[in-house]
Amino acid sequence: MPQETIQLVVTRFHPDHDPVPRFQTYTVPLHEDWVVLDALNYIKDTQDGTLSYRWSCRMGICGSCGMNVNGTPRLTCATFLREYAPGPIRVEPLANFPIIRDLVVDITDFMEKLPRVQPWLVRQDETPLTGGEYRQTPGEMERYHQFSLCINCMLCYAACPVYGLHPEFIGPAALALAHRYNLDSRDQGRAARQAEVYSEEGIWECTFVGQCSVVCPKKVDPAGAIQQEKVSAALDWLKSVVWPWGNR
Amino acid sequence: MAHASRSEPFWWSLFAAGGVVAAFLVPIHVLLEGIVGPLGGPTPAADYDRMHAWLASPFTRVYLFVLISLPLFHWAHRFRFTLADLGLSRFGAWLAVLCYGAAIVGTALAAWLLITAP
Repeated sequence: MPQETIQLVVTRFHPDHDPVPRFQTYTVPLHEDWVVLDALNYIKDTQDGTLSYRWSCRMGICGSCGMNVNGTPRLTCATFLREYAPGPIRVEPLANFPIIRDLVVDITDFMEKLPRVQPWLVRQDETPLTGGEYRQTPGEMERYHQFSLCINCMLCYAACPVYGLHPEFIGPAALALAHRYNLDSRDQGRAARQAEVYSEEGIWECTFVGQCSVVCPKKVDPAGAIQQEKVSAALDWLKSVVWPWGNR
Repeated sequence: MAHASRSEPFWWSLFAAGGVVAAFLVPIHVLLEGIVGPLGGPTPAADYDRMHAWLASPFTRVYLFVLISLPLFHWAHRFRFTLADLGLSRFGAWLAVLCYGAAIVGTALAAWLLITAP
């Protein structure tokens, strides 16, 4: 019996030759256990060595192989060809980011925004190393654990229509990470993060479309994180109105 | 340098409260007073006299005020962001004035009617 095949329609863009991105169609074997990334590796190895894309771990940890598959942001290492049989499958770079080449996007914007929300433990009183570690109960860890699973794959930014329309929006992953540290019992940096997180470009830009949480491969739920921060910010505001001389 | 917004938490709080009212209270109210009552069910909307007697209570008026006002602010906030997403974000301040202004006018009108109704 002849080998079953499936077509991949892949975005190609070379900044020196192409005025705009174009599509190129490749035919690959449709193996039951092949993911889209396997197909791209097959194309690069046997058909077209010039195809560029990012990947590393092949197991949903590194977060580098995110692409728009049939219009939906997916990790291509976790997206089986058979889901889309008989095809064709459209493979495009992640939406909302500038394309560097083919399927490789420029995430400089995110890299610039991420440190602005200070996604690390901020301490007012730094304990010396001899004082030992900052201890935490399993319950305290549970509060932020879900939000700490982000792998910075950028699927949420590609899915977010608000980020697409308003690029100044800090965005789902960075805000979810800010929330993760705000919830951490060892952290004392919530006030220091407020200027960025509670700004117009921060949580208030989000209109709770929720697509970020739908596409998140790690079930981080950035949309939920942002809504929880909105509640905290609203309570802060209420406190500042009824108790303006309070310690803020 | 970014700074925490002072106005957004206020409008968002009204939006959130209005969302709760719109999601939980409005459908029940529409069902009881808009469908069950007119069909002859045991609610004040069954006839004019009962409706009028129901409205005499100050609790009813407060309830109706909440039912009308908060969803207006829910609408205003949602509509402001919808207009911004449709490409009007350069008129940001005007959108806010227009949307929240309409909700404030609606709220004032509701308050006036509920206070002055016999």
